[in-house]
Formats: sequence, C-alpha cells, structure tokens
Amino acid sequence: MKILVCIKQVPDMESKFKVNGEGNWYDSSDLAWRMNEYDEYAVEQAVQLKEQEGDTDVTVLCIGPARVKETMKKALAMGCDRGAHIDDEGSATRDPLEIAAIIAEFAKDKGFDLIFTGMQSQDRASGQVGVLVAEMLDLSCVTTIVDFSFQAGELQVKRELEGGVRARVRTSLPAVVTCQLGLNTPRYPTLPNIMKAKKKELLSTPVADLLKVEGRQETASMYFPEKKGGGLVLEGDVADLADQLIKILKDKTGVLA
Amino acid sequence: MKTLLVAEYRDGKLLGSNSELMAFAEKAGGESAMFLVGTESDLPAFGGKLYLADAGECGEYNPSVHRDLLVQVVEKEQPDVVVFSHSSYGWDLAPRLAYAMGAAQVSEVIDLVDSLPVVPVCNAKLRRNVKISTEKAVYTLQAGAFSPAEVPSGSPEVEKIGTDADGKVIFEGYEAAETGGVDLSKSDIIVSAGRGIGKPENVEMIADLAKALKGEYGASRPVVDAEWVEHNRQVGTTGQTVSPKLYVACGISGAIQHLAGMKKSDFVVAINTDKDAPIGEVADVLVVADLKQFIPALTEKVKSQ
Repeated sequence: MKILVCIKQVPDMESKFKVNGEGNWYDSSDLAWRMNEYDEYAVEQAVQLKEQEGDTDVTVLCIGPARVKETMKKALAMGCDRGAHIDDEGSATRDPLEIAAIIAEFAKDKGFDLIFTGMQSQDRASGQVGVLVAEMLDLSCVTTIVDFSFQAGELQVKRELEGGVRARVRTSLPAVVTCQLGLNTPRYPTLPNIMKAKKKELLSTPVADLLKVEGRQETASMYFPEKKGGGLVLEGDVADLADQLIKILKDKTGVLA
Repeated sequence: MKTLLVAEYRDGKLLGSNSELMAFAEKAGGESAMFLVGTESDLPAFGGKLYLADAGECGEYNPSVHRDLLVQVVEKEQPDVVVFSHSSYGWDLAPRLAYAMGAAQVSEVIDLVDSLPVVPVCNAKLRRNVKISTEKAVYTLQAGAFSPAEVPSGSPEVEKIGTDADGKVIFEGYEAAETGGVDLSKSDIIVSAGRGIGKPENVEMIADLAKALKGEYGASRPVVDAEWVEHNRQVGTTGQTVSPKLYVACGISGAIQHLAGMKKSDFVVAINTDKDAPIGEVADVLVVADLKQFIPALTEKVKSQ
C-alpha cells in the first residue's frame, strides 16, 4: 500500500504575532514553529494503518522554506518512511488552490492508495486543500473524520457533524481523508526513532517544478481585530484579584449575592 | 451582488442556519436564489426562487452528486457568489463546487468590508481582507457572523431538480451525540477548563470552583480530546451550546468553535496568563493570572462568602 500524508508547519498559536512589512501576512520572524495540530492526527493514522497492513510505504509531504524540514523530521520519527519537501520560500501567501495543485502534481503519477491531510491548518484554516487535491485527482474524499477503519479493501470512517453527531461513511480506495482533532492519540517520537529518522530519505524539490496554476485570491490586508473594549482587565496580586472578582460578581451578576 | 444560498438539511430536517445565509444576502445586496437538497414538506421561509432536489433520491451526504446539482443551478442562475455555511456540510461541499466552477473560495467569512470578504487568521488573533481574481466566488460563512434582523418570512417559488448519478461515497447513517447525565444548557453557572490548566490533575481544581459557585464544570475541546474531561461536558460547536448567567473560562484561549458555544452567556469571566488571547473579546472581566495560584485562592474566598 502507498500512503501520502500532507502536513504543514505553522507557528505556535500562543505566539505574539506581528503583521509583515507588506501588510499581507504575519511576520515569520521570532516565531516558534510546530506541526499543524490536525496533521499530527493525519500522520498518526497513516502510521497506524502501516502497522495494520504491513508492506506499506508512507511518504510525508510538506511545502515551505528549509525550516519545515524540522517538522518533517518529527513525522519521520513518528513512523513515516520518506519525506518529500517542496522547497518554497513563498508558501505562506499561496492560496489553497496553488497548494493543492502542487500536491496533486506531485502525487498524480505515484499511485497513492490513500492521502491523509489535516482538516484545516491552524493559521489559514481554509479547510480546502484536501478536498481540492481529491477533485484534481478525481478521488473520493471524506472530510472531518473522527473515526477510521480499513477492512477488506474498504474505508469506513465517521465524520464529525455539529452538536457531536457523527455520520458513518464508506468509500473504496483510492481516496483522500481529512482528519479532525481527536481522531486518535498522536504518539510522541521516541529517542531511538528520532535517531532512525535522521537516516530516512528527505528529498527537496523546487516548487517551480510542480506549480502550474495561478492563485485565485490574495490577502488585500492583514490586521488585528479592534478590541471591543468594555472588558475589564485585572492584574496583580492573586489574593487581591480574588477579592476584586468576588466584588464584581456580587455587583454585576446574581451570583454570590 | 447576486447570490446563490446553499441551505442545509440533516436527518430529515431543514437546519436553521439558512437564515444566516439570507442575512448575508441582505448585507451583500442584490438578488438571491436558494438551493436545497431536502424535502418539499419542510421548506425554508424564503421569498425567492428555490432549487429543490429530493434528499431521499440524492442522499443527505453525497458530495459529488450535490456538487453536480449545484453546477447545473449555477449555470442557470449565474450568481456572483455561491454562499454556504462554514459547517461540516459547507466546508466539505464548497471546495468541490469552487473547483468545478473555476472560482476562488473564501472560507469562514465573518464580514464584508468594501465588498471584500473578511476572514480570521491564527485562531482569530488576526484578520484579513481577501481580494479575489475570479469572476465568480464561493464563500462559506462563520456560524453566527451574519444574523437576520428579523425572522425571515415568505414562501419560495420551487423548481425541482434531480439527477440519476451515484456518488463515490456511501452514507450509512447518523450516530447521535454521546449523552450523559450532564446537561450544561440547564446550568446557570459554568466553570470551564481549557488547555491552559496544564494537566489532567488540575480538572479537580476547576470542578471545586464550580462546586463552590454552585454550578457545573465544562471544558473546551482540547481538554476533551485529551480525555481529561468526558465529552458530555464539552462546550462549543461540536459539544453543547450554553447561555448561563455566569461563564468562567479558565485557561481557554478562545477558539472560534468554543466562542460559538458560549458567547451568549450573560457574564463572562476569563482567567488566562495571555492578555491577548481571543477569549478577551467576549469576556466582561479578564483576570491575568496563573491558574494554579488564582483558582484555589478564589475558591477559598467564594466558600467563605
């Protein structure tokens, strides 16, 4: 079986963000980078499927500048077999169509049985890339999965809907699935596996070799939302804060009155 | 701009989110038509043209078939923008249609400014205005971002559409949400734990504060996914929607999905070490403090009231 997992490197969402000089994206300096959280579930599911099926090759793909290779190494340490790095200094401002077209171009003649992606990225959060890859390659696609099983050549998954309801869906391979949080428990790479990952193949391909479409949208401006104000900010000594908060609750709500 | 609104139907029922699509169409101005894979016996209160496919025939979840039906309607109606809810139905179907139309798709639109769609970035810490270079576009709307000024009324002029095509995926049915003994929507006071509580042992500290305040405790999604708290206490779009008199968010950064589940609370207190966390947007009081010190101190003082 051949599996492709597409991952993205994103900033830690707790970071202090700044808008860049062009005003069209966040500044990439002074940020801590990590694997997009949704993609950790995608990597884990791919590795679990390899463990179940045996004789399976898992490629992890990531688009971005050289720094994304650090995130790819984590995926390799989790159990992916090889890395396909698409070297792209301009990845941050590419639209979902361009990103999907790069992946589809990479995947089109490689005969992947299954492609895993996160359901969205934590920064851009378009939720489009996995579905677009499937449309471009004419594959079936199920989004937002929270349960996965592969038996007798068929995928049986559950989609997460609003209000905690789930939809049971079946499809045959080849297919694309996009992974929701909670699908599984992503493993922590062990030290021996981190060492082994260093010897795994991690090839870089220039993005120009794979990008054959033009984007359809761009960011006109990026900015911080206006603070709505009104909210009171309390800082200081813990005991004082507790007294202040209790007074506010008594004055403004029926609680403790 | 001329809009085509894609209403939703699930488990035999029309979903209420179609009124948000109408609110968007009103804000955008211009004509609008609606598309629904549903049933004739449950039609939206919409005073325009409705293209209706039968869910019994076409399937409630059958994305390639719904896409092809939409393509037919788009060819006929020639809308400028096709509008979906940013929901499990919308984000699944919208990219398929956008690709078939050769159109740009903008996800999770929260506003229109100078007719440009505005979307959140990085868990709503930032926003961006999006410029589209295609003639037509597809938008998905963030839940709750566009609210109708009044309850929509009217009855649609129905045109039935259909197809014989089969889909690539087979929908087998729904599973109801896990239900437990806790109905947070009935609680006047809710204290919720977020990822910021750090470790599962600290759930007890949150439960203690809830008990001292005579309320219930809840949790955000990451805490439930990590199995620190059971799913029937999750607040947010995929958990419970609550509107208590007092909501205390402890170590919750304020992901959109969480805010959607609690922003109708009467009074919101957020306790967080990060002053800039998006939860501050909906908080009446933001206490900037270390949870492990502040919450036990607060609990003690509440108990002695």
